[in-house]
Amino acid sequence: MAKPLIELEQVRLAFGAKTVLQDVSLAVEKGETMVVIGPSGSGKSTILRLIIGLLKPTAGRISVHGEDVASYGEEDWNRLRKRMGMVFQYSALFDFMTVGENIAFGLRQHTDKTEAEIEAIVLHMLERVGLAGQENVMPANLSGGMKKRVSLARAIAVQPDIVLYDEPTAGLDPIMSEVINNLIVQARDEFGVTSVVVTHDMDSAFQVADRIAMLYDGQIIAVGTPSEISRSTDERVHRFVHAGRETAANTEEDRHEAQQ
Amino acid sequence: MDWMETMLAGFGRRLISNCEQTGSLVLLFWETCKRIKDVSWAETFRQMARLGVDSLPIVLLTLLATGMVFSIQTSREFVKYGAQASAGGVVAIAMGRELCPALTGVVVAGRVGAAIAAEIGTMKVTEQVDALRVMATNPVTYLVAPRFLACVLMMPVLVVFANAIGNLGGYFVATYYAGISNYTYVHSIKVFAETLDITGGLLKSMVFGAIIATVGCYKGLTTEQGAEGVGVSTTASVVLSIILIFLSNYFLSLLIY
Repeated sequence: MAKPLIELEQVRLAFGAKTVLQDVSLAVEKGETMVVIGPSGSGKSTILRLIIGLLKPTAGRISVHGEDVASYGEEDWNRLRKRMGMVFQYSALFDFMTVGENIAFGLRQHTDKTEAEIEAIVLHMLERVGLAGQENVMPANLSGGMKKRVSLARAIAVQPDIVLYDEPTAGLDPIMSEVINNLIVQARDEFGVTSVVVTHDMDSAFQVADRIAMLYDGQIIAVGTPSEISRSTDERVHRFVHAGRETAANTEEDRHEAQQ
Repeated sequence: MDWMETMLAGFGRRLISNCEQTGSLVLLFWETCKRIKDVSWAETFRQMARLGVDSLPIVLLTLLATGMVFSIQTSREFVKYGAQASAGGVVAIAMGRELCPALTGVVVAGRVGAAIAAEIGTMKVTEQVDALRVMATNPVTYLVAPRFLACVLMMPVLVVFANAIGNLGGYFVATYYAGISNYTYVHSIKVFAETLDITGGLLKSMVFGAIIATVGCYKGLTTEQGAEGVGVSTTASVVLSIILIFLSNYFLSLLIY
């Protein structure tokens, strides 16, 4: 079996006395979508920040594209980051640029493509995410869901091998969540993108995941396919994965009883 | 003696954090200097227009007022002692060496330094700085270097205009209000003021520009905790810039004159 594209081995991260992650080990294979679930504040987003070098681990080993990145400085990281993309929780669009300029940013910075080629890619990307004709709008004039889609278009415009998604559906209505989920699946199927998605939206997790890892109290307590996770006997996993549904089912039953 | 220990500990903590801050500022300055070669000139020109040209009105207003009041205070006294032949020169030298560079520095620190800290601070708390890094773009090259260059290059330009309007203000007040003749005032400038009085001030203003940009960017990049953090950074950047401008002004004056 080929070496995993992203690998964390016994990674520990602490800010002063506060330990955020302890002994996290996780391997993401090429072309798969790994979803990391877990309660808020469990350190999910931190994992993404470690994978793309925004944070350095206190201890442990991280490898990306088979390169041991623990000792990497900004220059080495930038070489790797040209093949990576990230969708931030609050989109993090550059607010002093138009939507089109945001999507073109990576292409303008790191490729020799002509303006005409870049414009064609921008228009194509906007069409893919269902925002055709919005290239001259400023990000401030977009809704949350539109910003997310622009952010996604910006991340995949440079055709990265790895895309990291930080809470891609948080704060979106169900229909917009569905749109985003489809885009994540499309990115994998069409471009063979390897993805790590951090979310606490279970519907989204089960829709996009090839495998799911559950993070709890700074540790990975379960990894498996969606059906394995769904059938997990670990109480913490079971409660987290089924919480919303059981509550919904209970209220349904209650209502039923009340009616009788 | 508990209160004394608490006091000493508090003092020590502040001292350490100030030392750390000074160190980080110097490091940022050094990294900016190293990355200036990769700077985007288009972005630098945009910043020069935004930070430099747009500051001109407030700089002109400040230095016009300063030139006028300075002339009110000196010209009248000089006339009293029969030294009207020195009035123009004194105003020109004071303007060129100290008032124009220092006051332009303070005005620009308030306007531009605050804007830089607020802008980069907002980018920091909304993860736009992280987005830059993730897209393999160094924030120092992309954000700091153009602003740094713009401030260093535009400060002397602003000071040239400041000198012109300050002396003009001084001239009008001296001739209309203190009754010094046109010829005496202009001749006095020619006799007393030397080129170094202007160039020394311009040189100082470049240092002030470097201070304003570095402090503004540093405070912006180290902003934490949302909108409140941006406010704190903005204020802190103006206060620190002004302190550093006055401090460095003293030593630069010792060195140059």
